[in-house]
Amino acid sequence: MSPQPKAPAHEAAANTHHGHSHGHDAGHGTLKGYVIGFVLSVILTAIPFWLVMADVFDSKALTGFLVMALCVVQIVVHMVYFLHMNPRSEGGWTMMALIFTLIIVGIALSGSLWVMHHLNTNMMPMTHEMMKNMP
Amino acid sequence: MSEKTHTGEWNENQFYLEDDHHPEGSTMLGFWLYLMSDCLIFAVLFATHAVLGRNYAAGPSPADLFDLPLVAINTAMLLLSSITYGFAMLQMERNAKMETIFWLGVTGLFGLTFLGLELYEFYHLIQEGAGPGRSAFLSSFFTLVGTHGLHVTFGIIWLVTMMVQVKMHGLIPENRRRLMCLSMFWHFLDVIWIGVFSFVYLMGVLG
Repeated sequence: MSPQPKAPAHEAAANTHHGHSHGHDAGHGTLKGYVIGFVLSVILTAIPFWLVMADVFDSKALTGFLVMALCVVQIVVHMVYFLHMNPRSEGGWTMMALIFTLIIVGIALSGSLWVMHHLNTNMMPMTHEMMKNMP
Repeated sequence: MSEKTHTGEWNENQFYLEDDHHPEGSTMLGFWLYLMSDCLIFAVLFATHAVLGRNYAAGPSPADLFDLPLVAINTAMLLLSSITYGFAMLQMERNAKMETIFWLGVTGLFGLTFLGLELYEFYHLIQEGAGPGRSAFLSSFFTLVGTHGLHVTFGIIWLVTMMVQVKMHGLIPENRRRLMCLSMFWHFLDVIWIGVFSFVYLMGVLG
């Protein structure tokens, strides 16, 4: 990925990191990191439950949007504080795999919804007769 | 391989094999790739639920069925198990064998509570006549949440195995590697659950 002349520098950086973390690449968290992650997760979980259970907003679209947005934020919090994701681990390959997976997930989700939505809208309308003869 | 290096005749051909081969690192990357493929399984199940989630077949809707306080407690259980697993990893860093086993045990108890509540919920739904065969919505719901529950079940089996392993052999490099893999697996399941409670339960009740 990185151009050839930069390779030794990257190697050196990887080695110093390596020595620091006692031979384990997937860096461990600290107590502080876990506690920060936990507190953030509790807040990010409590807000969407509160929004839905207490019916805070009249607009369902707004509540739905907020729930999904908070969901994405919380997933990122978990990735950073619990799974210790960072762009450098394994020379960037975990991040590459993650980005690839996210692209596939995006295609699968949006593609399914798009196709099935059109299938539903373009379905031949059912007459009363057909409805009665349904299995 | 080591025999060949002792004879000396293979040394010139053996570039970097000794230095650059990191079995630990590649295990982590390989396990991460497994998790990403698992992520695709869940993505497809989420997509199925997104498509079928409104097809109630004149049956009960999420607002009729889901008990949000129970889901909130369930979420709390999984979140607590995530941080206690973090504590186990911190104790592993300190080389504290018994403390590691203790925190693994606490994590397992939270996991079991989560599983128990989920089974209670499933049992309750089926008793009400809202089993997986009732409507497309319930089929996709049981498949998605059940697959997650199955993962948690296997996580707990793995967890108990690791408690025995650490007890018998101590915190040897192999066990550390396995504990780190399990750590990724466990936190990954929590990430999936965030999607489940937001998308299936909260969005479902929202209608």
